[in-house]
Amino acid sequence: MKNNKFVQFLSVPYVLWAIAFIVIPLLMVFYYGLTDGNGKFTFDNVLAITQTVHYKSLYIALILALISTVICILLAYPLALILTSLKGKNEHLIVLIFILPMWMNFLLRTLAWQTLLENDGAINYVLSFLHLPTIHIINTPVAIVFGMIYNFLPFMILPLYNVIGKIDQNVLNAARDLGANYFQSLVKITLPLSVPGIISGITMVFVPSLTTFVVSEMLGGSKILLIGNVIEQEFTQNSNWHLGSGLSIVLMIFIVISMVITAIFDKDGEGNAL
Amino acid sequence: MKNVLKSIYTGLIFIFLYAPMVVLIILSFNKSKSRAKWGGFTIQWYVKLFHNSVVMQALINTLLIAFLSALIACIIGTIAALAMNKMGMFARSAMLGVTNIPMLNADIVTGISLMLLFLFFRFKFGFMTILLSHITFNISYVILSVMPRIKKMNPSNYEAALDLGATPVYAFFKVILPDIWPGVLSGFLMAFTMSLDDFIITHFSKGPGVDTISTKVYAQLKKGIDPEMYALSTLIFISVLALLLLINTLPAGGKKKEKAK
Repeated sequence: MKNNKFVQFLSVPYVLWAIAFIVIPLLMVFYYGLTDGNGKFTFDNVLAITQTVHYKSLYIALILALISTVICILLAYPLALILTSLKGKNEHLIVLIFILPMWMNFLLRTLAWQTLLENDGAINYVLSFLHLPTIHIINTPVAIVFGMIYNFLPFMILPLYNVIGKIDQNVLNAARDLGANYFQSLVKITLPLSVPGIISGITMVFVPSLTTFVVSEMLGGSKILLIGNVIEQEFTQNSNWHLGSGLSIVLMIFIVISMVITAIFDKDGEGNAL
Repeated sequence: MKNVLKSIYTGLIFIFLYAPMVVLIILSFNKSKSRAKWGGFTIQWYVKLFHNSVVMQALINTLLIAFLSALIACIIGTIAALAMNKMGMFARSAMLGVTNIPMLNADIVTGISLMLLFLFFRFKFGFMTILLSHITFNISYVILSVMPRIKKMNPSNYEAALDLGATPVYAFFKVILPDIWPGVLSGFLMAFTMSLDDFIITHFSKGPGVDTISTKVYAQLKKGIDPEMYALSTLIFISVLALLLLINTLPAGGKKKEKAK
């Protein structure tokens, strides 16, 4: 018993660290977000989201993040199924190959896409060589969605792969024995059992997409402002920490909403699985 | 037929993920500084890379911050995870909740919250502030990866060691640590990777004059990237790939070692 107390005492360094660098900084965002320049309490910074510029940037960010999350699920799910079916020797390596791009600087990778997607870039060169219609998506929302999918797709592949890989093969075999075809066992067994993976994939793609300012800056040509760009500019260019913090509070509200929604869906999924 | 479709699909995703690498590798051999033009083949950027003090300093900062932050996060995080395991339900879930914040919250919010903290308490923005920020988000990844190992651990082993006369510290290094080592190691690798790839949090917690590769690239976006950056990222890519292939071709040796333990 005495020993337990001692072990618990070991958490003190982390508790202090967490209070100093996680809790207090977050409280400071709330403090700055809910006060004006003179330190007086105000809701103005949070309500600034209703201004057209801010409201529009949040709206566009929500739409683009939603689109890229859905496309990421559609792209990653079949891939996770294929990867889990490769129960061979190189299974481990194949998964690593899909994580490897993350070791290359993400700004440089996004820059490379800028080079490829440009109107006189490599992709259009190939397309016109093949006498196909060229694409003009650079500096449009399409290019931003493209960049989001590219950057965050591995975060969807990994949780899906982990969850699908853990599904008991006996359950699938039982379904087959009872006459289910591949499609039926996919919809009735694999899909419901992989809901936790889908959920964590969604949060890992949706939140960074919603809040990014780099992808939109590099592929959207600084013309399309997302909520992340607005907040970043308030901090680094306008030095208006109060407004930036107020808008961050709004952003956190949306992050919490997305987590609550996914938690609700998670429960449904577990219910169906039973 | 089905296998062919599977391979085509996997191949297409593979191309999608690796197209930018190919572009960066090609650019690293491009004589022209412009990204739009091919000026002929050259290896001059690889030679110049080692004389470019700006890029080299950014590389050293990046690696140093990644290594130190992963190491410190591993020490604090592993000890914290051991302590949390012995806590009551309420205290443990409260601590896990706080631990989840840096992972679930948006990087931009984490970044500005730390920036506000450093501003308020008049920290000098520089290497130290970046390191503190990176340790903060890395501890979460370490705890996340060590926790499952600790839960699987058999507490009787530790008690047996104590009964046999080991001091708690000796028992920790001889019994507990070897048991949870794979979790600590994967936590370290995850933390190292996260630190290496981070831009947003570094962007808000860095000071003038101190740069990592990410912030240097960001600063160069407007006036043009040093082609040495492409050479550097090609080298990093090749070495990581080689390392992965090497580890993967030696699985037998790894297993033997495990058995020897």
